[in-house]
Amino acid sequence: MRHLEITDISSSYGDQQVLRGVSLGADKGEVVSLIGPSGSGKSTLLRVLVGLTPPTAGEVFVAGERVDYSSNAALKALRNHMSIVFQQYNLFQNMNVLDNVTVSPVKVRKESRAGAEERARVLLEKVGMQDKEKAYPEELSGGQQQRVAIARALATKPEILLLDEVTSALDPERVNEVLDTIRSLTNEGITMVIVSHEMSFVREVSTRVAMMDEGRIVETGTPEQIFTSPTEERTRDFVSKILAHR
Amino acid sequence: MNYTFQFSEVLDELPYLLGGAGVTLQIAFVAFWGGAIIGLIGALAKVYGGKASKRIASSYVTILTNTPALVQIFLLYYALPDLGVLLDPLTAVMIGLVLNSGAYLTEILRAGVISVRLSEIEAATTLGMSRLQIVRYVILPHIAKTIYAPLSNFFVWLVLGSSLAALFGVEELTGRAINISTANLRSIETFTVVAGIYILLTVIASTSLAMLGRWMFRVKVRVF
Amino acid sequence: MLERLIEEAPLFFNYHNLVFIGQAMARTLGMTVIGCSVGFVLGLSIAIIRQSASRVLLPLRIVVIIYVEFFRRIPFLVVLFIVLFVIEPMMPGTSLFGIATVSVCLLSTAFLSEIMRAGLESVPKAQIEAALALNFNALQTLTMVVLPQSWRVILPPAAAFVVMFIKDTSLASQLGVIELTFAGKMLVNRGFSPVLGFGAILVCYFALSYPLSRFAAYLEKRLATS
Repeated sequence: MRHLEITDISSSYGDQQVLRGVSLGADKGEVVSLIGPSGSGKSTLLRVLVGLTPPTAGEVFVAGERVDYSSNAALKALRNHMSIVFQQYNLFQNMNVLDNVTVSPVKVRKESRAGAEERARVLLEKVGMQDKEKAYPEELSGGQQQRVAIARALATKPEILLLDEVTSALDPERVNEVLDTIRSLTNEGITMVIVSHEMSFVREVSTRVAMMDEGRIVETGTPEQIFTSPTEERTRDFVSKILAHR
Repeated sequence: MNYTFQFSEVLDELPYLLGGAGVTLQIAFVAFWGGAIIGLIGALAKVYGGKASKRIASSYVTILTNTPALVQIFLLYYALPDLGVLLDPLTAVMIGLVLNSGAYLTEILRAGVISVRLSEIEAATTLGMSRLQIVRYVILPHIAKTIYAPLSNFFVWLVLGSSLAALFGVEELTGRAINISTANLRSIETFTVVAGIYILLTVIASTSLAMLGRWMFRVKVRVF
Repeated sequence: MLERLIEEAPLFFNYHNLVFIGQAMARTLGMTVIGCSVGFVLGLSIAIIRQSASRVLLPLRIVVIIYVEFFRRIPFLVVLFIVLFVIEPMMPGTSLFGIATVSVCLLSTAFLSEIMRAGLESVPKAQIEAALALNFNALQTLTMVVLPQSWRVILPPAAAFVVMFIKDTSLASQLGVIELTFAGKMLVNRGFSPVLGFGAILVCYFALSYPLSRFAAYLEKRLATS
């Protein structure tokens, strides 16, 4: 079984079926990207994976073990191995940058403050925010906040990192600094699931790309397959529309 | 505790109590509208008035909103006879409440007057609207939307505040409750029923005002 | 009337009266401080209970909601009477100050809980989700993320409430508690001019309330800009 195995996941919001039997897998260290039109369920899939939205059917296996999304203890264990970075960064407004990155290791995982701060500084340097450790989120630009959010997600040493449209809320000039950060992460052996509209970026860093539409996976393949010779018509439609705007 | 609750005695007096509720609403009504007139004058004075009017209006508001209405009414009630003016309790309470409300309403209305945005007026001007049209279609609706919620809340607050009058012998709802309970000695039941009537009054008032606001001004006022 | 005032003023402002008024002011202040402190703590607890989604707490949530909606919609005078007539037979000999303070606490809890609830609800859901995704438990989310961010929304209306509260304590005079208003009445009954008596009382209330209302305005200005 692959590192992350998603089988037949369905999820609904009220009486709206958002995910209809999604199956996807990722080997350790793979970078799988989800593309597709808005409302296709990409972000919902990530939310289901990290346990923010309950699945109504299907199973998820992490490192061979089934995840029980109804058990609080299981969710806690899951989040020790899986981190998510949100589109709106969601940094804690009442804490500065360093505290944002160290709060989970220190308060939740009960690590020593000194050790956590040391590792936080390494991570902040990796994302290029080491000079801003005392700054508060409201003093930072969107791109800077997002990079801190990535550092925060990495502080828990996840094996799986979920990135939910992390550049969509940023000004165009800020997008590249975040993409650079993510690019540098792709070689570190973390299994990543990326939802993004940045097609050239997706094409560059992904090992596999999955096209989603209306709550289903329409097609999966290598970036070349999906972008240059897609087999499904919906994929062709979407890709040509997106690429035409480049 | 061997006290048996006897609500029937109180419920017999329900018509009398509901009459009191009517008086309560009358007091709130008069205090509100009387205060609104003063409030309008005060608001305009504070925003558009000269230095003297601004000072007078400010002092009026500051003094009356930082001291209890009860003491203000006591002052009126006991001091006026010295000046030769004899007022019956209801009138004294009414004047006191009107003056007190005027201070609070000055502030509410002032917030409305200054809430008008220059950008909206500019947009209307560039669209060719006359000054009268701008007042009618841009300024007044905007002010109405801004002040409707605070005004509604203030009215409901007045309904509760009118209970002050009972301390001067006025037979509004609380006053009648006192009358009944001294007669039948069923104090807890009486005041519980009266509490229920007040809750009914305020809920009806809030809901009606909320619906009125939604219909007339398209304002969303929270009831619960 | 002016002659009467000038005549009486020196008699009025003697040591005995001033001490008397001072003590009354202390009682007014005491009721306010106790009422608002208790109201703050209990109000916060109620707000937290109302925010929680736990099924175990549901009966408590219902009780609390009924309590808040009830006490927000009845006049303070009625609350005073009900508390008086409930406590007196059960615990005869309770001081009037005690009864007034209990009434005052019941009221402040109800109102402050609504202010706190608005504050807690003002924190964006996304912040809570971020905390969840980082494995914070409920207590950690509350104390490290929600509460620190709700103060901005809670403080201005809370300060305004305390200003209003000082004036509400004047109704306790009805019970016979010798706070400021009752002191005024007593002085007037002793024969002093109402203008002197109640005027002095008004000044005392003003001295308590005005600095606080300026502070509240300052808070509103500083914290409401975000």
